[in-house]
Amino acid sequence: MKPFTYARPAVASEAVTTLAADPDARFLAGGTNLLDHLKLGVVEPSQLVDVSRVTGTAIEELADGGLRIDAGVPNSDLAADARVRERYPAVAAAILAGASGQLRNMASTGGNLLQRTRCAYFADPTTPCTKRDLSQGCSARGGWARYHAVLGTAADGCIATHPSDLAVALVALDAQVQVLGPDGARTIPIGEFHRLPGDDPTRDTVLAHGDLVTAVDLPATTPAVRNSTYRKVRDRASYAFALVSAAVALEVADGTVVDVRIALGGVAHKPWRATTAEATLRGRPATDDEFRAAIAAELDAAAPVDSPLGGNAFKIPLVTGTVVSTLRALAGGAA
Amino acid sequence: MTTMDARSMGASVRRIEGPDKVTGTATYAGDTVADGTLVLHPVQATVARGEITAIDTAVAEALPGVVAVLTHRDAPTLGDTGDPEHRVLQGTTIHHRGQFVAAVLAEHAEVAAEAAGLVVVTVDEAPSTTGFDPDGEAYAPSALANGQPADSGAGDPDAALAAAPVVVRASYATPMEHHNPMEPHTTTATWVDGRLEVFEATQGVESSRQTLATLFDVEVVVHASHVGGGFGSKGLHAGTVLAVLAARTVPGRPVRFALGRRQMFEAVGYRPATLQHLSLGASHDGRLEVVAHDVVGATARYKEFVEPAGGSTRSMYAAPHRRTSHRAVPLDLDGPTYMRGPGEAPGSFGLECAMDELAVALDLDPIELRVRNEPEVHPENGLPFSSRGLVECLRTGAERFGWSSWDRAPRRRLVDGWWHGVGVGCGTFPTLRFPGSTAEITFTGGRYVVAIGAADIGQGARTVLTQIAADALGVDVTAIAVEIGSTQVPVGSIAGGSAGTASWGSTVVEAADRFRDKYGENPDDGDHADAATPDNPWAGEYAMAAYVAQFAEVAVHADTGEIRVPRLLGMFGVGRILNPTLGRSQLQGGMVWGLSMALHEESVVDPRFGEVINHDFAGYHVASNADVRRVEAEWIDEDDPYVNPMGAKGIGEIGIVGVAAAIANAAYHATGVRVRSLPITCDDFLTSGLLSP
Repeated sequence: MKPFTYARPAVASEAVTTLAADPDARFLAGGTNLLDHLKLGVVEPSQLVDVSRVTGTAIEELADGGLRIDAGVPNSDLAADARVRERYPAVAAAILAGASGQLRNMASTGGNLLQRTRCAYFADPTTPCTKRDLSQGCSARGGWARYHAVLGTAADGCIATHPSDLAVALVALDAQVQVLGPDGARTIPIGEFHRLPGDDPTRDTVLAHGDLVTAVDLPATTPAVRNSTYRKVRDRASYAFALVSAAVALEVADGTVVDVRIALGGVAHKPWRATTAEATLRGRPATDDEFRAAIAAELDAAAPVDSPLGGNAFKIPLVTGTVVSTLRALAGGAA
Repeated sequence: MTTMDARSMGASVRRIEGPDKVTGTATYAGDTVADGTLVLHPVQATVARGEITAIDTAVAEALPGVVAVLTHRDAPTLGDTGDPEHRVLQGTTIHHRGQFVAAVLAEHAEVAAEAAGLVVVTVDEAPSTTGFDPDGEAYAPSALANGQPADSGAGDPDAALAAAPVVVRASYATPMEHHNPMEPHTTTATWVDGRLEVFEATQGVESSRQTLATLFDVEVVVHASHVGGGFGSKGLHAGTVLAVLAARTVPGRPVRFALGRRQMFEAVGYRPATLQHLSLGASHDGRLEVVAHDVVGATARYKEFVEPAGGSTRSMYAAPHRRTSHRAVPLDLDGPTYMRGPGEAPGSFGLECAMDELAVALDLDPIELRVRNEPEVHPENGLPFSSRGLVECLRTGAERFGWSSWDRAPRRRLVDGWWHGVGVGCGTFPTLRFPGSTAEITFTGGRYVVAIGAADIGQGARTVLTQIAADALGVDVTAIAVEIGSTQVPVGSIAGGSAGTASWGSTVVEAADRFRDKYGENPDDGDHADAATPDNPWAGEYAMAAYVAQFAEVAVHADTGEIRVPRLLGMFGVGRILNPTLGRSQLQGGMVWGLSMALHEESVVDPRFGEVINHDFAGYHVASNADVRRVEAEWIDEDDPYVNPMGAKGIGEIGIVGVAAAIANAAYHATGVRVRSLPITCDDFLTSGLLSP
């Protein structure tokens, strides 16, 4: 481990200024992802800027009926908040589907969104990885690709998936991310916050160096959002990253889909809003066949990878089964 | 012939070191902190095969806080233990990725790690093979890892298969798996005045002592008061040798080397992958005519270890025509080793799934099929069984499990979107006794001090040896003080082979008999007796083994293929259970591992890099609490007067055996999908086309 310096500023603007002045500095919040990467040699920052004193820990009502969640709110507190549980059940369910109790106590709301994408080769500096070094190729292609992306990939590019459960729920709910940067504050819609790898897989989000997430805003709830949940399918019953997950909100009237939101985890470099499926379903009967047709339309563009060490073509039927059974349950049928 | 009377044996005496463990005062190998302790960080090979042409240590040595950098250039020539893994820093040849090629000693762990990264090793890389290809270059080994012959047989299996009315032929795959005890392998070594003192995470202090004494030609003392799990992985590996090499360069200063979790996947052994070809032939009424179990398994090119996966097939079922064979595919990986139920755990997956497929082919209850093929005597060596509880385990277990309430046809029970089914799998593990222990009993201060170099690796050796000694001496457990876990007490054999308690216990009983013969019931302070492990007079007269029938209920999600195990029941025939609380815990632990083996565990080797790529607990899954629902371990009453004076069969391994087969068979029963490769995951069902109702 390379030596680094440590700063713990008292105000957010100072944190931003400190970080912006040092291109190799990193923000430190709960540390549940960054500290692992430090120990593994995945990142070698010159400086850690601890933001635990500058990010708030409150959850407050917004004038429009929404909620503002400060970036420093621990995941555990967010999942336990009565307003969140009642008005945004998918958010609470997503958090509780992730990590362990100990990690959720440490992990912050802002940090959760800023987890690096997950890939065994990224986490092993002895293997080539295009996310760590643009000059290298992707080792997951042709390697252990069971957990990797089927949507939004580019030929030969990074196929890592974003691991956050919370972010998938926030994408389904159209949350807004509040950011303080060197040039001031701005708001980024969560759907535009995470990136596809494109030609620069080293970047997981649109944030620039020095940008600090200060809060996440949830818009006022809706009948569909009140009837929302998060379904996570993984290789064991707990404490594992998603093979596939889905944040789904559904409003049905007289057997017809009035409103529907679907966001997928475990399938892409970012939480994947299934806009094609949503558009296909709106106004259609709430039946298994319609659900299946809608998700099939979404998966038209899917490009699974084949590999001697385990490909991910199974994610196509898995996404279908996950979404269909979740929609069925929200529509009032059996899961 | 009778077993000893039991007063303390059979009681749930509380684990003696329990309070120390839960209050954090029990000391493990890495807890022995002394002032001036140096930390070792290894430099490891990053290719699977090659020759080191240069090592540049200058930058690492210049880092403040670095005390020494060790390489093969300055290492002494070590004595020969016959184990290639012990030849640490003895030359320039790289046999596997992760091999220790240098080491840094520093004041602090962070400095040692950084310096290790600054050592530049230049390697002339050679082509390597690290991915297991069962059709690859294979050879017939001279023996299996347990010393048994690679092949066995009787009659004419091929002709019998050609003639049998009902035949099942299928192949079953088990992956590479890693043990990962909670406590990583750790050594704290001090070399002082020509004497080596080692605090070691080991399954046997005496075997560690002998190995180190041979390697370094020095007086050695080894301590292991508490060990955080072993499961076969805590023999003496290269890391211990490296730590002692380092300690030798800094006389008087303790050196600590604790493996990181990733190093657990490249330096301390694993269960090698197997592909098992099963051929069963039977008459229409379900009598086996032929059993053939042909195994192809991985081994390491530089260190042979052949998993005896076909071994238990030699004794499970009667059949006039039979064959087992083992072929080994050498890989440029670190050496495989014993892992809980070595041979039996993967082998029972093949045999017991094939038996289930045969029951389906015969339209016969799988329990009844097994009962019909129960052997009168050991099918290969003809010895009578000292006791064999398999049929009773099957019958009793089936009753308790509610087996008869399930329709035998597959794919009949869909509950809340989950297909449910049940399955059974059986298993055995030999009952052994290792020679070479000595127990010493001294009466002092009103208590009997019982000393023997046993290892408590979490199984409860301290506690059960106390119970055995109490009954052998005819006193209460409170009158016994057991001293174990050090070479400074008389020698003890290893905690392994499910033979620890049997071996140490038999020795303690022998010493107690001598003590009572000499001093009667009212000894004086200082009275003393000792004894070596007695031979078992019945060893050549009876076949001795533990048995189990494992029952599983499995649920498979009809839309996603997720698989869960709501219920496991293991019904064991293991002789006398010495301590029901500890015994049940050990058996349940084995069953949980069986579940984990069935659904989760797989080390994925990426042959492009020669390493296990899922080398941490995010990638290598073991069962989480949420995966483990109802797990019941029960046992039949079994009085076996031949195995040892306690009448106890080893229970360390048998818990895992047969579980994976029971789960796979239940998954078939639930869904109609037969999965013949572990671990069983959702994609096995998703791609079957059989899931949705």
